Amino acid sequence: MTKDLLSIGDLSREEIYLVLETAEAMREIGERPIKKVPTLRGKTVVNLFYEPSTRTRTSFEIAEKRLSADTLNIAVAVSSVLKGETLSDTAKNIEAMAPDMIVLRHPSSGACHLLSRLCRSRIINAGDGMHEHPTQALLDAFTIRERKGRIEGLKVAIVGDLLHSRVLRSNVQLLTKLGADVWASGPRTLIPVGLDRFGVTVSTSVDEAIADADVIMMLRIQQERMHGAFFPSVREYFRTFGMTPARVANAKADVIIMHPGPMNRGVEIASEVADGPYSVILEQVANGVAVRMAVLYLLAGGAETND
Amino acid sequence: MDADRMGRTLTRIAHEILERNRGIEELGLVGIRTRGVPLARRLARAIAEIHGHEVPTGALDITLYRDDLMRHAVGPQPVVRSTEIPFSIDDKKILLVDDVLYTGRTIRAALDALIDFGRPKAIQLVVMVDRGHRELPIKADYVGKNLPTSLSQSVQVHLQEIDGRDEVEIQES
Repeated sequence: MTKDLLSIGDLSREEIYLVLETAEAMREIGERPIKKVPTLRGKTVVNLFYEPSTRTRTSFEIAEKRLSADTLNIAVAVSSVLKGETLSDTAKNIEAMAPDMIVLRHPSSGACHLLSRLCRSRIINAGDGMHEHPTQALLDAFTIRERKGRIEGLKVAIVGDLLHSRVLRSNVQLLTKLGADVWASGPRTLIPVGLDRFGVTVSTSVDEAIADADVIMMLRIQQERMHGAFFPSVREYFRTFGMTPARVANAKADVIIMHPGPMNRGVEIASEVADGPYSVILEQVANGVAVRMAVLYLLAGGAETND
Repeated sequence: MDADRMGRTLTRIAHEILERNRGIEELGLVGIRTRGVPLARRLARAIAEIHGHEVPTGALDITLYRDDLMRHAVGPQPVVRSTEIPFSIDDKKILLVDDVLYTGRTIRAALDALIDFGRPKAIQLVVMVDRGHRELPIKADYVGKNLPTSLSQSVQVHLQEIDGRDEVEIQES
């Protein structure tokens, strides 16, 4: 493994499978009466979150604690960032206290790459702007593999706000690398230019994208990142692109429906679908802990340092 | 040591286990990955042939409990394999099975790992080969064969299930 986990693009097929197989072993720890192993004893992990997050932050923290690391959460709302400190100054100050790893969530794309150049600590990208969210893609792959036994040759339809989604960018790289047939669908205003050059079939018809799909991956409409009107109304969006039980019927009979959370019920997904039999949304959350444990374990050890 | 000797050794250990524990009611077998696992299964079969009942058997991976894990600055992490103990170890007599007993560090890690699963009544250690050179105060309860070795040698137990043949081999390195 590399020093840091910044992007799915840095991982080879073999490394992706190593993470997934290690996660398989890690999951068993969560089923024990004592859900803790001594592996990262004495290691310090800083969770530095510049954006609100429930799932990812909790998931990382549980993963760190199950591996016996000492964890520290810095939420920007109560930190010196409000006093005007820059990211690089904050990072240098945290680095001066010699943590072993920093888990960073930041609204700017590339923030993790900046930290990676500044810090000796290992950096894990927990979402940077509209760029990448590698651990989410890894846990999605883990969930798909668990349900379908493989990833190669599956039709995966990714539907929703493609433009603002880091989950899309990480998943497209991972799924195409492992040989899935990836489709993407959303309103034309929310399709990033050049998406088709990443080996994705792009369609503005959601019904075409999900026809015979093995996996449907819903993306949240990210209103906090939208500066402008990308579609006329939420009701129209739901009618045209929302995942309803009627629509799901066009996919394969054993389709699974995924969502990275948080969901906007009645916007991109109907409640009947989110809570329905095809939904693996809560499994994704459960698997996230095991996958993050695997990433922490694999990075904590001896990868070559690049200095 | 060849396949024939290994088979007879396992049968002898099975008898010793039954003699010492007076029956199998409270017993559980746990093999240490990798080669302790097939050895534990074979012991379970040997005990079943003598006594007529199966002893529950599990597999333990000790990678996450190793004491040398974070000491190397360079080199990839050892691969973690799954631990499967499909029975409660509480109040059981656990027979911990491994192929070679050497420094004792693997067993130290295995004891830590086992205790995270519950509170066994007792833990007994079964090894195919004891090659000496202990670095920790650990002793086996059942030994297939004592093999005095020098530190420059390495001892390999090959098993049909993994290596395609049953053999114990000493190599000069």
